[in-house]
Amino acid sequence: MTEQPLNDLVIDDVRVTFDGFVAVDGVSLRVGPGDLRFLIGPNGAGKTTLVDAITGLTPATGSVRFGGRELLGRPVHRIVRLGIGRTFQTATVFENLTVLQNLDIAAGTTRRPHTLLRRRRTVPDEVQRALETTGLTGQRDRAAGTLAHGQKQWLEIGMLLVQNVQLLLLDEPVAGMSHEEREQTGQLLQRVGEDRTVVVIEHDMDFMRAFAASVTVLHAGRVLSEGTVAEVRADPRVQEVYLGETAVA
Amino acid sequence: MTDSSTSKSPTAPARWARWRTPLGYALGALVLFGLAPLVLSDFRLGQLARYLCVAIVAVGISLAWGRGGMLVLGQGLFFGLGGYAMAMHMKLADAGAGQLPDFMLLYGSTDELPWWWQPFSSPVVALAAVLVLPMGLAALIGWSVFRRRVRGAYFAILSQALAAAFAILLIGQQATTGGTNGLTNFQGFFGFSLHDPVNRRTVYFLIAATLLLLMLATRQLFHSRYGELLVAVRDSEERVRFLGYDPALVKLVAYVLSAGMAGVAGALFVPAVGIISPALIGIVPSIQFVIGAAIGGRASVAGAALGAVAVAWAQTTLSEEFPSAWTYFQGGLFVVVVAFLPGGLASLWHLAAARRRQRTEVVTAA
Ligand SMILES: Nc1ncnc2c1ncn2[C@@H]1O[C@H](COP(=O)(O)OP(=O)(O)O)[C@@H](O)[C@H]1O
Ligand SMILES: [Mg+2]
Repeated sequence: MTEQPLNDLVIDDVRVTFDGFVAVDGVSLRVGPGDLRFLIGPNGAGKTTLVDAITGLTPATGSVRFGGRELLGRPVHRIVRLGIGRTFQTATVFENLTVLQNLDIAAGTTRRPHTLLRRRRTVPDEVQRALETTGLTGQRDRAAGTLAHGQKQWLEIGMLLVQNVQLLLLDEPVAGMSHEEREQTGQLLQRVGEDRTVVVIEHDMDFMRAFAASVTVLHAGRVLSEGTVAEVRADPRVQEVYLGETAVA
Repeated sequence: MTDSSTSKSPTAPARWARWRTPLGYALGALVLFGLAPLVLSDFRLGQLARYLCVAIVAVGISLAWGRGGMLVLGQGLFFGLGGYAMAMHMKLADAGAGQLPDFMLLYGSTDELPWWWQPFSSPVVALAAVLVLPMGLAALIGWSVFRRRVRGAYFAILSQALAAAFAILLIGQQATTGGTNGLTNFQGFFGFSLHDPVNRRTVYFLIAATLLLLMLATRQLFHSRYGELLVAVRDSEERVRFLGYDPALVKLVAYVLSAGMAGVAGALFVPAVGIISPALIGIVPSIQFVIGAAIGGRASVAGAALGAVAVAWAQTTLSEEFPSAWTYFQGGLFVVVVAFLPGGLASLWHLAAARRRQRTEVVTAA
C-alpha cells in the first residue's frame, strides 16, 4: 500500500439537483494525497450529497477525478474498486455476521474469485491488521449487531482498511459518540491517514480543531471557505454562517 | 480497548457439535439406502423417490431464498424444463430411431418430428439440456431482473408469472408437448426397462444419492465465503455495493444454482413417477416447493429437505382422506411458520441448543 503513489481527488464544478432544488451548486475543490480534510458546514449544506456524488450514489454533473480517472458515471462498485471507500451517517455493518466475517467480506474484492468457494480457516493477515488498528481484536467473534455504537463505526473504518482503499470518505463518524470514543476515533483517523487520504464530514468544532489537517466549509451547496483550521476559523463569512449554529469558540 | 484472544479457530464449538453434521448425514444415508428399501414396498419406495425430488428443489430454494433472500416462487419453471428435457429424450428413445413418439401419432397432427425435438434424441444433449436450459434461462432472467434492482414481492410475483406462462405455453401446444396430459407412459430409462422393479429401485437410489450430494455441496457453499457474502447481500444490498461487489452478480450465482437443482429434480422425477405435465410445474406446485422449505427451515439445508419430504408426504396421505381440508391446513401452517418461526422447524433445534448452552453457562458460572 505504501509503495503505491497516492492520488489526488480533484472535484470540478460538481452540481447535484433534486427536482429543481440545487443541493450541490458548483463545488470545486482538491484534496491532496495524505491529507486529513474536514468537510464542515451547517445541516443541509450538501456535504452528504457531495460524497454521494463522488461515490456514484447520486447522479451529478461536472467532474470528479481520482488519480486522473473520471468517477462520475461509473457504477458504485467500480468506483470502490478504484480505491475509494466511504461510511454512512448511520453505521451500516452486517448485523447478522461477526466482526471477523464483516472484515473478511470487505477484503474479498481483493481476492481471486475461486477463494470465495472455500471456507475461511484462519484469520487473513489484512483482517488481523485491521482488527488491531481499530482495536476490535477482542470483539472478533461477536455479531456486529451487538457492538456498541462507537465500535460499529470503527468496524466500518476497519472494513475500508481491508478493502485497501486509498481515499476514505467518512460521513459524521463521531456523531453520537462519547467524549472518550471521539478521542479514540480521532487517533484512529490519524493512524489511518498516515498512508491514505481521509475526508471527514463533521459538525463538531472541537473534534475538528483537534484532528483536522485542513478544512473546507460548505454552505448552501457552495464552498464558503478553505484552509487550515486557524484560517477557516478566522474567516468572517464562516463566523457568520456558524453564528447561532455552533458557537465558534 | 484491545484484548488479544489467541485461539486460532473462529469459534470453539463443543466437541460433539463437530460430529453432529457428519453423523446426521451418515444417518440420513443409512435411512435412505438401508432402512427405506428394506421396509418399504416398491410402491411406497416410488412415492419416497418422488418426495426426494421435491427435496432436491427445496435444497435449491434454501440457497436462493434462505441464504439469498430471493423468494423463488416459480421453481416449477426450471423443474419443468429439466423434466421435459428428460421426458422428450425418453419418449424418443421409446419410439426408436426415426419414429415419432406415441402421443404425436395419436393426435395425428404431425408426421414429422418438430425441429426442436430432434436434438433430444441424443442422450448427451438431453442430459446437458437438463442443466443448461434451466440454468441458462435463470441466468437471463436473473441478469435482467437483479440489475434493475427488482426484489422482494415483485421478484416473487415475476417468477411465479413465468412458471404460469410456461405451463400455459405447454398446454397450448398439445400436438408437440402432449398438452394438459403432459408426457407419460414411459417404457425405458437409458436402455433399462422401467417395468422392472430392480431398475425402478435403481432410479430411487440415483435420486437419493443426488439429493445427498447436492445437500453436501450446498452446505459447503453456505459455509464458504460466498455463503457469507450472500447473507450480506440479503441483509444489505447497498452496503455490499460499497464494498466493491456487484450484488446482482452475487445473487445471480445463487439463483442459477437453485434453478439447476430444480432442473435436475425435474429430470429425475420423470423416470421415478412416470409423468411430467403442466399441472406439475405451474403455480400450485411452485408454491408447494416453497412451503416445504419454509416449514422445515429455509435457512438450513437439512431443514429445507426434511420439510419438503414431510410436506410432500402429508400432501399425498392427508389429501387422500381430507382433500379440501388439507389445502387450508397447508396454507395455515405456512402462514404460521413464516410469521412466527421464520427459521422453520429447524430453528426450534437451534433455540433449544441455545437454551441448553445458556443453562450450562449459568451452571458453570455458579
Ligand atoms: N434524495 C434527496 N431528495 C431531495 N432532496 C434531498 C435529497 N437528499 C438531500 N436533499 C436535500 O439536499 C440538501 C443537502 O442535504 P445533505 O447533503 O444531506 O446535507 P448535509 O449532509 O450537509 O447535512 C438538503 O436540503 C436536503 O434536504
Ligand atoms: Mg449529512
